[in-house]
Amino acid sequence: MGDVISEMLKRTPLFAAHQRRGGKLIEFGGWEMPVQYSSIVDEHLCVRRSTGIFDISHMGEVWVEGPAAVEFLNATCTNDVRKLAVGLGQYSQMCTETGGTVDDLYIYRIADSRFLLIVNASRIEADVAWLKGRHAVFAAAEQVGVEDASDLWAAVAIQGPRVIDFIDTLFPGASKGGACVAAPTGLIKNQIGIWTWEGSDVFVARTGYSGEDGFEIVAPAGQIESLWERALAVGHVGCLQPCGLGARDTLRTEVCYPLYGHELDDATSPIEAGLGYFVSWDKGDFVGRTVLAEQKAGAITKKLVAFRMTDKSPPPRPGYPILVEGVRVGTVVSGTQSPSMNVGIGMGFVPPEMAGPGRPLSVEIRGRVFAAEQVKKPIYRKG
Amino acid sequence: MSSQVPADLKYAKSHEWVRINGDTATVGITDHAQHELTDVVFVELPAVGRVVKAGEACAVVESVKTASDIYSPVSGTITAVNAAVVDDPSQVNSAPYGNGWFYQLKLSQPTEATSLLTPADYSTQIGA
Repeated sequence: MGDVISEMLKRTPLFAAHQRRGGKLIEFGGWEMPVQYSSIVDEHLCVRRSTGIFDISHMGEVWVEGPAAVEFLNATCTNDVRKLAVGLGQYSQMCTETGGTVDDLYIYRIADSRFLLIVNASRIEADVAWLKGRHAVFAAAEQVGVEDASDLWAAVAIQGPRVIDFIDTLFPGASKGGACVAAPTGLIKNQIGIWTWEGSDVFVARTGYSGEDGFEIVAPAGQIESLWERALAVGHVGCLQPCGLGARDTLRTEVCYPLYGHELDDATSPIEAGLGYFVSWDKGDFVGRTVLAEQKAGAITKKLVAFRMTDKSPPPRPGYPILVEGVRVGTVVSGTQSPSMNVGIGMGFVPPEMAGPGRPLSVEIRGRVFAAEQVKKPIYRKG
Repeated sequence: MSSQVPADLKYAKSHEWVRINGDTATVGITDHAQHELTDVVFVELPAVGRVVKAGEACAVVESVKTASDIYSPVSGTITAVNAAVVDDPSQVNSAPYGNGWFYQLKLSQPTEATSLLTPADYSTQIGA
């Protein structure tokens, strides 16, 4: 116990706020971030039952803008940005020619030819290098620009069913850009609008990573602390609590949202990770298309499955072997004790012929074998 | 938040406590340790009869976030384990010096206890 925190770690503009509120700080993807304030279970259940606020300023913001932005993004990412009206966002991936995943990301259409990409903290440098590399070979390169604005922007996520009790107080009135709505609660899932905070434009999206209703707010780095404090003040009516990355991870694991480095990496495709829904086939060529199409037709050697432990066991954790009939067939990539269900849950890769809800597998933990069963995703459903 | 460090116990640097009564020792983890772990969800204890050496990993405590080894502060033979804490691991959080104890052993090297931390030493270590 007692994590050694390197002086090399990056800090978000909310670092002082985390210290003031007693957040327990750990290293995550090169950043010094709060893992918890009270306890992971407490914060997790707070998000499921009321609301929690998370610092997600470590995530990256990249602008893609210009008359050829649609064509560039459609040639570079798996999903189809032509599906996006102004003020709408989509989940997508960037793949390599061999189908491995560079990163998974959210793409928001802020204006007709202006897109905001939200990428993983640990992948900002790799993503920007990849996007610039693709831009250099893009036929209409002079018609589109790629700009990393990660240092200029910060972000928070407010998640949980009671967010609707106070989000309109935090951002009064109608949006002034993006989706045209009378109030933040007028946004539907995946919509994004622009409001004003202390004289600056902020982006408010009805998205999240918890499986609950919620909003993600991207604001200039200098304005995020006042927004965080104000949210905690007005959020009192929704029992809003600050939450750390520990609860963020257990919440997303229960609903089987992928985390780069676990369910996805440069040797794993969106098809293998069960994210084929976000790969569009009727939009022309894009990086990785040939390999992804072969995989969709059946040429995969591993498939992501979700499971829950059936007997009392230690929590499954990333790296533990998955066994079927006593033989190692795969590896756990995410796992925890589910705070909502109080049972061990996880995800892992197995050969496709062994994948399917209801089918057994077991997890080896410190040399002992514990029974589990595969379940349909998401592992946790409300109600 | 200040952690409790009872005056009648001895401590290991790795955050275990020992209560010595004649040639029997009871072992658990400290209030500071349970604060650091939070949300204890699983406890794995050694088999009765196992012989352990001081400093040997002989139990595991798991929180939602992580699994941590528990090192025996003293050498001896395990004589009893706390089945109740296996059934309800949250007792490690609610009563680390009481119902949340881990195991008892019969000391094989009683003099080892003199090299353990005093409550004052341990308080200094954790900044309490």
